[in-house]
Amino acid sequence: MPRTTRAAATSLAAATLLCLTACSNGFSSANQTPIASESANTNPVTVLIGSSGDAETTSVKTAVAAWSAKSGIQAEVKVASDLTQQATQGFAGGKPDDVLYVSTDQLAGWAKNGSLEPYGDQLSNKADFYPGLVKAFTYDDRFYCAPKDFSTLALVINKSMWSDAGLTDADVPTTWDQLEAVAKKLTKGKRVGLAFSPEIARVGVFMAQAGGGLLSQDGKAQADAQANVDALTYVKKLLSEGVAAFSSDLGAGWGGEAFGKKMAAMTIEGNWITGAMTSTYSSVQYTVAELPAGTQKGTLQFTNCWGIAADADNKAGALSLVEFLTTTQQQLTFAKDFGVMPSVQSATEQYKTDNPAMVPFINGAQYAQNLPSMAGAADVLKDFNSQLTGLKGKDPKTILASTQKNLQAVAG
Amino acid sequence: MSTTQGLARTAASAPARSAGHHSRLNRAQAGAGWLFVAPMVVVLGIFLFLPVLMAAWVSVSDWNGRGAPWAPGVNFVGGRNYADVLGGQGLAARDFGVSIRNNLYYVILVVPIQTALSLVLAFLVNKRALRAKGFYRTAFYFPSVTSSVAITVLWLFLFSASGAVNAVLGWFSINGPNWFADPDGLIHLMLGGGDGPDWLQAPGLFGISGWEWLAGPSVAMTAFILMAVFTTSGTFMLLFLASLQAIGEETDEAAMVDGANAWQRFRYVTLPMLRPTIFTVLTLGTIGTWQVFDQIYTGTRGGPAKTTLTPAYLSYDAAFVSQDWGRGAAIAFVLFAIIVAFTALQRLILGRDNDRTSRRIERARLQATAQTAAHTVPGGSAAGPTIGSSDGPS
Repeated sequence: MPRTTRAAATSLAAATLLCLTACSNGFSSANQTPIASESANTNPVTVLIGSSGDAETTSVKTAVAAWSAKSGIQAEVKVASDLTQQATQGFAGGKPDDVLYVSTDQLAGWAKNGSLEPYGDQLSNKADFYPGLVKAFTYDDRFYCAPKDFSTLALVINKSMWSDAGLTDADVPTTWDQLEAVAKKLTKGKRVGLAFSPEIARVGVFMAQAGGGLLSQDGKAQADAQANVDALTYVKKLLSEGVAAFSSDLGAGWGGEAFGKKMAAMTIEGNWITGAMTSTYSSVQYTVAELPAGTQKGTLQFTNCWGIAADADNKAGALSLVEFLTTTQQQLTFAKDFGVMPSVQSATEQYKTDNPAMVPFINGAQYAQNLPSMAGAADVLKDFNSQLTGLKGKDPKTILASTQKNLQAVAG
Repeated sequence: MSTTQGLARTAASAPARSAGHHSRLNRAQAGAGWLFVAPMVVVLGIFLFLPVLMAAWVSVSDWNGRGAPWAPGVNFVGGRNYADVLGGQGLAARDFGVSIRNNLYYVILVVPIQTALSLVLAFLVNKRALRAKGFYRTAFYFPSVTSSVAITVLWLFLFSASGAVNAVLGWFSINGPNWFADPDGLIHLMLGGGDGPDWLQAPGLFGISGWEWLAGPSVAMTAFILMAVFTTSGTFMLLFLASLQAIGEETDEAAMVDGANAWQRFRYVTLPMLRPTIFTVLTLGTIGTWQVFDQIYTGTRGGPAKTTLTPAYLSYDAAFVSQDWGRGAAIAFVLFAIIVAFTALQRLILGRDNDRTSRRIERARLQATAQTAAHTVPGGSAAGPTIGSSDGPS
């Protein structure tokens, strides 16, 4: 009996080793040769996207099909239900999709392990992208991927509540004091003046406005800077006075829901809110204004890029596709189809003309900050968010001190 | 899985033992046995054994998620990933500590409640006098067959700030909490909140202060605890019901003749006979609750304020989201060690003479079956004594 067991175990181990050696063939390390110098091929290009809905899926599919017809290279768009996981599996298996959406959160991890091709400098329209967005996709001094589009945060105001409170266009707040004053006037019964989600991706605008931010200009951790303390103290004051509330405390999933369900008269949200307002809360009339300034103007920007996998079958084709998708005309089409803002400056004027209501959002590009996105930063931000939930009962300095400690470990 | 392995073992060993000294026959039969289980051994090897080995390697390597873990360029880093998780005061260790705390409260509450509830349910639906038994059995078992994702989504609606649960609480003038957004710990709430005494403030195990360790499950976690009890009680009810029916009416009637009242019959007759099943339920419950993942992934992703973060979800998050694969695999192995330790502890406390009891019951049952078989099935008598005698004296 023991002998048979041992024999079985040995054969299993042998089979294991056999598979380990057999399966390890066929993986090569990332090469850094320019894409253009690689021999062109006609392998089909696959595109992995994480779609916000049918409008985006259809629009991307149409655009990719147009490029396919022009270039003669087959292309297929796949919609991921969990983009990070599906992309990660592709990278680990050595057969990733050629082109994929990459968020700033994911860039560092995938750039660090060599999964992504740093092709940014080979783009013919490189100079056209907003510098802030290029910076967001630069890792280790290399520009990795073309910004797909971007969003900024602005102040969204409920028109009828605004006029009911006796406020006019002249009252749109431009300073923190004015914001507090109008929030007070708009607070009525269970309804609060201002609502936003308890996360750095919203509260961070106040840090930017106070002249702070989690990182200094040279990328060093400065979470515990006085400007940030001032920002959180201001937010805490609004929350304690009851004129502002976190959307989660109101029972809403995000600021847009609290705003759409009339639990709040104002919210701080990105331009994606317009989609939700049209589709879900069409009865609410609203207007958008730039965020008020503290010691300076400040907002946050969020963006995704068109990543190209280092193990892609057809990198030249992928690069050509990305250039096609980021042309001025195509960017304006995407903007029209699913409400994003073009990442190229050549489209800005036309975009403003086409979308006058969105002007405050795109104006934010001039002074918007990026959130920290180096490897490990996502965990630090998550930890900060978890503490932010209890801001009302906490000392801002304590929260920022612990964040500083965590951030220093990843940013230096 | 364990059932299959057990079957494999029985298949290989039963002929071996009964054949006694005929060693050639023994070998031939053992060979045949292995031949029959070979497909399963191969399947288990590829889908269970191999991935475990790979994960073990990843947990001590610096593999970063690109290409194969055994490709050149992936280095052995020793216990660094484990040290990150288990030692020090860094974010990795604190996250792990928080997840252990959350899951510990989850286990401590879910396992006893679901065991007690499933036992009670089994008793109720086992009553001879109960009408519409089939309906109740189906109703209680129903949550177990529903997918956990569907139940989680249902729970999110029921326990939302303006959901059904709070509406019902409202009838009793109770202002229900905003369940899935409330990070306050139950013990903290009972103690009246605040920051706790000074002597509990120092960072303790995994860099988490004593006060934080004592937080108790958060309100959000409590909703998950209720859900786990709701969904799994039906499954375990079925296990209890099966063993209750195996006990049979005669035992109960005999105790009645001896003058035992209902409580005495339950406490001194039924419960001891259910002991093996209780052990099984507790073990399965402990393993299941330590592995809680899908509810967290679908429902809260660790929030609010990390109070529903569990080691299983943290492991996924570290690997797939943070691309920190070594740490993710290390967490998985630490979790495995915790589960083994808990199960061993349980066995030590209440399972010591379990084997003897269950073997005795099993033997009695087999003998009874053998006798019945001998009387009813022609040729059945040949199989009966063989199985009975193979058990040997214990």
